[in-house]
Amino acid sequence: MSDVSYNTPTGEYDTQLGDYFALLKPRVMSLVVFTALVGLIAAPVPVHPVIAFASILFVAIGAGASGALNMWWDADIDAVMRRTAKRPIPSGRVPAGEALSLGMALSGLSVMMLGLAANLLSAALLAFTIFFYAVVYSMWLKRATPQNIVIGGAAGAFPPVIGWVIATGSFSVEAWLMFALIFMWTPPHFWALALFMKSDYDDADVPMLTVTHGRKVTRAHIIAYTVLLAVLAVGTGFTAIGGPLYLATAVVLNTLFLKGAYDIWRRPEEAAIKDGYIVEKKFFRLSLWYLFAHFGAILFEAVLRPFGLGGW
Amino acid sequence: MALRPEHEIHTRRRGRNVGVGLMLAGFVVLVLALTFTKVTNGAFELPRAEELTQ
Repeated sequence: MSDVSYNTPTGEYDTQLGDYFALLKPRVMSLVVFTALVGLIAAPVPVHPVIAFASILFVAIGAGASGALNMWWDADIDAVMRRTAKRPIPSGRVPAGEALSLGMALSGLSVMMLGLAANLLSAALLAFTIFFYAVVYSMWLKRATPQNIVIGGAAGAFPPVIGWVIATGSFSVEAWLMFALIFMWTPPHFWALALFMKSDYDDADVPMLTVTHGRKVTRAHIIAYTVLLAVLAVGTGFTAIGGPLYLATAVVLNTLFLKGAYDIWRRPEEAAIKDGYIVEKKFFRLSLWYLFAHFGAILFEAVLRPFGLGGW
Repeated sequence: MALRPEHEIHTRRRGRNVGVGLMLAGFVVLVLALTFTKVTNGAFELPRAEELTQ
């Protein structure tokens, strides 16, 4: 066998392992790992630590695979958006075909291995989540409707349900409450981002609500979803996955979140431009803590329960 | 010409190759640990001889 074909011209970039890892959207993956782990621990059935570790790892790989497929499909719009221009494909570090292959291979591997490690229902749910994110959201909704992130948000909401199903092998109301929490949180989180990343979505022709219906409507949508989210989040405190700690967290954070959404709603666009979208950026940062704290509280309630401390 | 170990591509891609190797080794260990856990948990208990003859 000749090694001539392995010679690349000097100066040509050699894709590094870190570039492939960046394709898997590690920050999104960390959120998926955390919420899936909370779903798994909050479930009333104990799971062997090795099975739990392997299952969460395969859920993370599945999430990463859908991220790679998303980057492959969206490479054209990623290149024109400031926020995403440095991603591995638009920056030329990874060829698009390799991203597609990696995404497909890891999708198959993660679903198959989760089926073997946990159960077929969780594997089927992971396969559906990858399909939903890569095909329904990325290929269809994202460029077709301003409701893209509302419906597409479901993809990010599945991990705690998968975690729950890994442990129990079935669905339950509590699992869907965790799903609803992420599902209702996604629109205000992304619309706040769209408000201050103003030119990005315009440049890429992505029909975000800010582009199709204007910024005033987007501000109204943020408060509408935040009110519904607050009712849901506080209400969850009275269910089997809630407890005093969760309820206290939910009351404090939802009060702050509602105040932030109200400020965004009341504010004219001119004021936002003048101060560089300070209120919108603050709301966006708070939204990250909001989700982390709610799921952290559910986790604490579950961990304390065996000692007679968590839950009601 | 054979692909010799001292070829320039080996040096250039060392980090990548070591990374892939470690990941594959990790995967093997994980599958082994999973198998061991499943077998010792009784999930794959073989049917007893008398059950098979019935």
